[in-house]
Amino acid sequence: MSASALSAQVGGMGSDLTGIERVVTPGKLDTTHGPILYLEDITVSFDGFKALNALTLTIDQGELHCIIGPNGAGKTTMMDVITGKTRPDFGTAFFGQTIDLTKLNEPQIAQAGIGRKFQKPTVFEELTVHENLGLALKTDKSVWASLRFKMTGEQQQKIDETLELIRLQSDAHRRAGALSHGQKQWLEIGMLLMQEPKLLLLDEPAAGMTDEETARSGELFLSLAGRYSLIVVEHDMEFIRQISSKVTVLHEGSVLAAGTLDQVQADDRVIEVYLGR
Amino acid sequence: MNKSLVSRLSGQKGWMLLSGFALIALVIVPIFNLSIPEGHPLHLSTYWVSLFGKIMCYAIVALAMDLVWGYTGILSLGHGVFFALGGYAMGMYLMRAIDPDGLPAFMVFLDWQSLPWFWQGTEHFLYALLLIVLAPGLLAFVFGFFAFRSRIKGVYFSIITQAMTLAAMLLFFRNETGFGGNNGFTGFTSILGHSITAPGTRVTLFALTALALIGALLLGRYIVTSKLGRVLMAIRDAESRVMFSGYNPLPYKLFIWTLSAVICAIAGALFVPQVGIINPGEMSPANSIEIAIWVAVGGRGTLVGPLIGAGLISGVKSWFTVSFPEYWLYVLGLIFILVTLYLPRGVVGLAEHLQKRTKTEAKA
Repeated sequence: MSASALSAQVGGMGSDLTGIERVVTPGKLDTTHGPILYLEDITVSFDGFKALNALTLTIDQGELHCIIGPNGAGKTTMMDVITGKTRPDFGTAFFGQTIDLTKLNEPQIAQAGIGRKFQKPTVFEELTVHENLGLALKTDKSVWASLRFKMTGEQQQKIDETLELIRLQSDAHRRAGALSHGQKQWLEIGMLLMQEPKLLLLDEPAAGMTDEETARSGELFLSLAGRYSLIVVEHDMEFIRQISSKVTVLHEGSVLAAGTLDQVQADDRVIEVYLGR
Repeated sequence: MNKSLVSRLSGQKGWMLLSGFALIALVIVPIFNLSIPEGHPLHLSTYWVSLFGKIMCYAIVALAMDLVWGYTGILSLGHGVFFALGGYAMGMYLMRAIDPDGLPAFMVFLDWQSLPWFWQGTEHFLYALLLIVLAPGLLAFVFGFFAFRSRIKGVYFSIITQAMTLAAMLLFFRNETGFGGNNGFTGFTSILGHSITAPGTRVTLFALTALALIGALLLGRYIVTSKLGRVLMAIRDAESRVMFSGYNPLPYKLFIWTLSAVICAIAGALFVPQVGIINPGEMSPANSIEIAIWVAVGGRGTLVGPLIGAGLISGVKSWFTVSFPEYWLYVLGLIFILVTLYLPRGVVGLAEHLQKRTKTEAKA
């Protein structure tokens, strides 16, 4: 009997569960083993070019994990695989212990609890800030439910809280298209939070922000870590130093190095391929 | 946020305009047409009643188009096919009503001995009503399902809808298809036992069309002011964000697309008894493009704009095709180019702009 099965059995004895195996509910996020995301041997090729080459990566529950790498290292493709936009040719991708991401489409993965922010801020420009957040709200997202939808006081309060968090209270009824670039980035992050995700993927969240906005974003992400797991793809080393203790370097579709920012910056191979010194 | 349904559907001014329209269409027009004798200066001739009835049918089509194009960003260049199918379904009933026991004249002419299977039951008005909704609805649903599932978007979608209406037109041109070939259906005599040319029947059809228009407008308002409407606009503006927010766009697009097709079909069914003819020409690609122009001229994503656009363009067209028939298509093309370049939000956008300007001038 393996150690994990034993511990599961011991745990099972303490609760109502009987039998050796833990009861597993398919489709329900299970992070009892620690990691929230497992990528193993993920390979994606486009016309013979391997965008991801046997990528293996694990993200722990509640951690704030930065991914860096030169252009073409496979950062965006990795996010596409995790969110269901691209199917891997090979490899496994699991969200927690039970949810096989390679079998779900984009909306299903979003509903399972993975939120994604694009590099270019993507919000619904013709709708107001409030309406943008309202659409992202975690609720029944079928056609009929949308037609009959009435916002409850609780949901209204949740939107107000998010508005405060992303500092857009005074812009709540402005058209999202009229916001500044940095504000759009914040609105998009606010929309992710409305979905009540477990894992957030942020593609260059500080791009195009002023120094002050960047610093504030850093504070926001630090406050989110723990409650959420975050994967942040960034180029801005100062920003990474501010927010993260754990950094993974991608190169040519696989992991080149991992550790703290200081460790990877001191790594000879990283210096060679990425920092170019 | 949770306003009452009445105030959600329209502002006070809108309700007053709508009531005014209903009063004119349902009371004043019937009185001026039926109760005031011909020759009296206040008499409204049946010609005008039919012309306005026809234009209201076009307005319903424009509204249906606005739901898919203006709000959801799906440009259909094949909406004429749904309009025509609704018209053909009504036409089948009207053809059978000419002689309930015999075959329609064109079948006799083709030397057919019995009714084809798809004509069975069309002598029943209720069945014809069902067919008006179901046949175009099913076509739209199946076509939409495959197109949207394959994530066909933008100009590619527009092109295949154009191909669809062209293919349908060529199919209906054939005599063997069983819909009267290039002559289509005409020579209708009665509807539900009433003479189809009688002023009373004409006015009733006119009033029903007005009610359908009001119903379509209120249904459209109900949809676009709901969260469903906001999801549709979100699909138009950033479909990938919609997906990553946990919505599957497929059922949303399919819903509004099929609903739009059914609304078009109802307009077509009201159109045919008023103009007295339906033929494959209604499925010509140019007709479907004209629908898009109505919406562009009136103002996309406004619901009311397309009604104005349909009325405006049809009005100008009726005059032009009588006075300078050979120039009409050039004029239509020119209007489309000018609107696209200078009035991206159509007549309604222009009106809003002017209103805003007078307001700021008044302040200054």
